[in-house]
Amino acid sequence: MIAPKSLFKRDSAINAADVPRRTFVRNALHGYEVKRDLNKAKFQDWQSARETASEIKFEGINHLDKYLAEFAKNAEARGTKVFFASTPTQAREYIINLAREKNVRSIIKSKTMTSEEIHLNDALEKEGFGVVESDLGEFIQQLRNEPPYHFVFPCMHLKRDEISQLFHDKIGSAQTDSPEELTMIARRFLREKYIQADMGISGANFIVAETGMISVTENEGNARLTTSLPKIHVALVGIEKILPKLEDLSLFLPMLGTAGAGQLMTGYNTMFGGPRQPGETDGPEEFHVVLIDNHRTELLADAEQRDALHCIRCGACLNVCPVFKNIGGHTYGTTYAGPVGSVITPHLRGLQDWKHLSGASSLCGACTEACPVKIDLHHHLLQNRRNAAAEKPVWWEKSLWIGFALLMRQPTLYYWLTKTAPIAQFFHPLVKGSILDPMQAWTRTREFPMSATTTFKDYWKQKKKQGAR
Amino acid sequence: MSSPSTADSRDALFARIREALANPAISHAHEHPVHPANVTPEATLSQWLPAVGATFEEQLDLFARNSVDLKTEFKVVASAEEAAAHLNALATENKWTKVATHRGSINDAVAAQLTTPVYRVDDQFDKVQLETCDAGITECEALVAQTGSVCLTAPSSGGRSLSVLPPHHVVLARRSQLIADLPAAYALLKTKYGAKGYPSFISFTTGPSRTGDIERILVLGAHGPKKLTVLLLP
Repeated sequence: MIAPKSLFKRDSAINAADVPRRTFVRNALHGYEVKRDLNKAKFQDWQSARETASEIKFEGINHLDKYLAEFAKNAEARGTKVFFASTPTQAREYIINLAREKNVRSIIKSKTMTSEEIHLNDALEKEGFGVVESDLGEFIQQLRNEPPYHFVFPCMHLKRDEISQLFHDKIGSAQTDSPEELTMIARRFLREKYIQADMGISGANFIVAETGMISVTENEGNARLTTSLPKIHVALVGIEKILPKLEDLSLFLPMLGTAGAGQLMTGYNTMFGGPRQPGETDGPEEFHVVLIDNHRTELLADAEQRDALHCIRCGACLNVCPVFKNIGGHTYGTTYAGPVGSVITPHLRGLQDWKHLSGASSLCGACTEACPVKIDLHHHLLQNRRNAAAEKPVWWEKSLWIGFALLMRQPTLYYWLTKTAPIAQFFHPLVKGSILDPMQAWTRTREFPMSATTTFKDYWKQKKKQGAR
Repeated sequence: MSSPSTADSRDALFARIREALANPAISHAHEHPVHPANVTPEATLSQWLPAVGATFEEQLDLFARNSVDLKTEFKVVASAEEAAAHLNALATENKWTKVATHRGSINDAVAAQLTTPVYRVDDQFDKVQLETCDAGITECEALVAQTGSVCLTAPSSGGRSLSVLPPHHVVLARRSQLIADLPAAYALLKTKYGAKGYPSFISFTTGPSRTGDIERILVLGAHGPKKLTVLLLP
């Protein structure tokens, strides 16, 4: 098994060199930015909206026990079954047992990143249940047997001819270069799956303590079909999705739409407050909400980075990130890519194994600025670096810093080193770019800047002598 | 492998949360709150959100402009007869063979004048039958001018499936149902259902079903309705 860091470095190099794919992704994200700015401008005060959203999430997360208990109480009062899962195993077992108990044959799913996190599809298939992803992007990724590239735009890295070929190979459709035709192929294929399925699995973007509801945001209508037709609806949700009040959604829904996809409102924002109630025409007989921890409480315990749990998974930080644009989503090797993924993954999956993600940042702060709930993302990346070094210092890093400190404290030594640098650089071409080159990481793909022939000390002395100011 | 009981796993999770929250959060975002301490954030939400005019005409105009952007067909009609005539024209144009609807005062007045056979989903219905209908005609809870959204609920809109399974969704609404913004929509829901219990299904439907998953190019009718028509009656 290759270490996550080695895999990350290897894939970064491969993907950063794939210029056509990079350009394609960059253009798609540019289109998003234009639409996002257009809708952001419609807000009377976007900055205050962010501040307020951040405060509401702060309240929810910092009283998580109180609001989760309130959610469970209110949901159960309407016939919803609430299960708290500490681990992925518990969540998977709960769903598998439920499916077995109810003689479920086929399962339809709408987009849920939490299920990616716990590898639910694999577990269900291993138990013999047919599982079909219904979100178009997720359906495509399922056919490709590949995780989503981006947690909001799952197949944004694919071109239409690749999708056409995929559909042709996997579901036997005719080739076409029209995105509309391709969408209709998926529509026709999935229609009967909705009708056949006995269980629908969704995620949730928000859970509302006050009313015991979950709120699901989507554009395609696949989540609505998934939650309307099958006789059982299971929602798999992270515990951090909490909002205290129902009306909080009047702020969060347009902010999620705007930051997430450049839409003032996403196509369907649906709140589910239970299974079919007396007097209602349709809807599932049973509604289960599986709330999962999976190390979120470890992030919660970090008083400094707790606000990372405010995240509403809009993907805005990925869309503006220069690192994401260059290395792409799969390179991260995580469920959640991009800046927020780099912040939270070390907490969810181990600091030492995932600390390299916090190094893959230019610290430009574009993510922090884009975040609709004002998570201090780029500072959290720095904190992860600090915490990783404090927990397990790297010997060569440490000795480098000792050497550097020594150098900076010895003016004479520093002077002679800068004085002789041009001479050393004269011989650099002998090893440049090779394995012997101490600057190899840099010089493999870039030129190293020439050092000045005069040191600053000499230059200053000369200026003074000339009487210049 | 034995899995822990529901109550055990709940207690364990709550214990971990309480332990984690023992240290207060260090956060920079909350040093300068925008709200005075005595004002609840909800009271001020409307002032950050997109502006909506105060008069009915301004709100109607905004809903109409949002509809254009969203590719919703929006039409103000003078009577149930005019609404039915419009639907009959749509039926001819789109070769509808069957439409579905639910019980309701506006629906009943319009459905009586339709030339297309009508399938009712009032109490029990067959989802396979509903899937073969060319249009689903529903009422709604409210129209939201700010976002061009239609607020649907199970009791007001014939349940969950009627508004999403057929390829064309038609909404019949009254002028009095047009409201300003999202906070007003939630206030309305609270007044109507807060005490007696919320419906199991509430949805803000904003335009027809759409996707941009393939090359970020907009395609309508991904899984839900390809077309959305909103008719505003007196």
